[in-house]
Amino acid sequence: MKKQISYWKEFSKGLWEINPTFKQVLGMCPTLAVTVSAINGVAMALATTFVLIFSSMLISTIRKLVPSQVRIAAYIVIIATFVTIADFVMKAKFPELSKALGPFVPLIVVNCVILGRAEAFASKNNPLRSLLDALGNGTGFLIALTLMGSIRELLGNRTIFGYQLLPESFQPLLIMILPAGAFITLGLMMGLANIYMNKKKKSEIDSVISKYKESKATFEESKA
Amino acid sequence: MSNLENQSVNLIPKLELSSSPHIHSRYTTQQVMWLVNLSLVPVIISAVIFFGLYQLIVIGVSCASAIISEAIVKKIRGAEITIYDGSAFLTGLLLGLIIPPNFSLTATAIGSAFAIIIGKELFGGLGYNIFNPALIGRAFLQAAYPVAMTTWSKPNFAVDTVTSATPLAAFKFDKIVTEIKPLIIGNVGGSIGETSALAIIIGGIFLIGIKIVNWRIPLSMILSLLFFSSIFWFIDPLKYPNPLFHLFSGGFLLGAFFMATDWVTSPYTSTGMWIYGLLISLIIVVIRLFGGLPEGVMYSILIMNAFVPLINKFTHPKIFGEGK
Repeated sequence: MKKQISYWKEFSKGLWEINPTFKQVLGMCPTLAVTVSAINGVAMALATTFVLIFSSMLISTIRKLVPSQVRIAAYIVIIATFVTIADFVMKAKFPELSKALGPFVPLIVVNCVILGRAEAFASKNNPLRSLLDALGNGTGFLIALTLMGSIRELLGNRTIFGYQLLPESFQPLLIMILPAGAFITLGLMMGLANIYMNKKKKSEIDSVISKYKESKATFEESKA
Repeated sequence: MSNLENQSVNLIPKLELSSSPHIHSRYTTQQVMWLVNLSLVPVIISAVIFFGLYQLIVIGVSCASAIISEAIVKKIRGAEITIYDGSAFLTGLLLGLIIPPNFSLTATAIGSAFAIIIGKELFGGLGYNIFNPALIGRAFLQAAYPVAMTTWSKPNFAVDTVTSATPLAAFKFDKIVTEIKPLIIGNVGGSIGETSALAIIIGGIFLIGIKIVNWRIPLSMILSLLFFSSIFWFIDPLKYPNPLFHLFSGGFLLGAFFMATDWVTSPYTSTGMWIYGLLISLIIVVIRLFGGLPEGVMYSILIMNAFVPLINKFTHPKIFGEGK
């Protein structure tokens, strides 16, 4: 019987440890395509999170009923249902955002974050854990997309969420709101995340080594 | 457990390893870089003659930004600061020569910093970059400031220049073929250092003469450019410009002598060099005649840079006695 991790951990791991964008590198299509502005990124991430939460819970509820041979098809049907809901709600309530996001809202059906969490987590855990996992991953996705959207909007359009932050004298870098800018931003952000992780890992190794040396010294002292 | 203490946490190997070919050169990297910088002096002089002294400031800003960004990156990476080897200066200088005259100084500095930080240092620094850093900087500027990058100043001695467009743009959009003589001298619109074919050829021949640049790449590029453009010229001389116009216009010669021949981003086998030059020229002709842009030297060199490892792999000479 494997040891159960705490509920908080179940949620918080999605924020950083297995962040869908930076660590799992999933859902790259919406990440790169829609983050031309911060508001687009947020809208996309919220729609994805909505679908993720409900499909994860439902899939986890029926996980013992679905034969494993047809599970992917069953998951897709469930996910598509919620995507349709999200799509229609966006079209009715936020027609402009829906137009800006274009085909990427219906494409949430094949978003690998959602299918990935369904396959890797929801199909093996109970609904409560699946909900927390989906919330965590959704929030991680939201953070990543908001950051990317903000950076690209700031440099490419001088604004964040429509508020002008850079002075008029700053010539906007058009490349940042072109596809090339998406790849550059994502690459640099992932690089920074990796630098941070490596530093953390190194300090952990160092602390283990220094502890070992300490204990060895005390052991030899006691022997002497 | 006692081994743990001896194990080095630092994973950087103590031995310096490098892949073949281990060719001994008569120059050090530093000498090579400064000699290439020296060979660009005629080009700089031509730029000053045709576009005015202000271009020196643009080039200077580009070089300064390149050197400063290199120093900063090296400092952050904790590596030895190698700004005196002239490679950052060369990148800045080349970038300064391939942007339009009177280009915004801020944008120049941004482009130059991008060339060094993203184009060179993030790949591991000198010798590890896949793409020519100066061209990466220009490609970035082209995408970031598309309007400013296609605003050309009139050259100083332009006699009958109606527009200030480059010869290639004039041909692409208005079907005007510029005569060869001003193209050779450089009295036409264009990037700061690309207009004067004469100055570029002087610098290029100097580099080939002191054996820094391998003659195969420029020759292969020039021959295949003449070949491919001749085919189209023979098909329809009215619709397609003559081969000499192709040769002397735009950034072709600067690209052939100074960009494509970058040691790091060109193949190391002789066969590979011929293939590399041939394909660059093929892409140039295709972009110039059928593409949306008037000029394609930058993109074709960048595209072929990406293929260099593949070319190296396929043209790698067989070791004697090696099986099939």
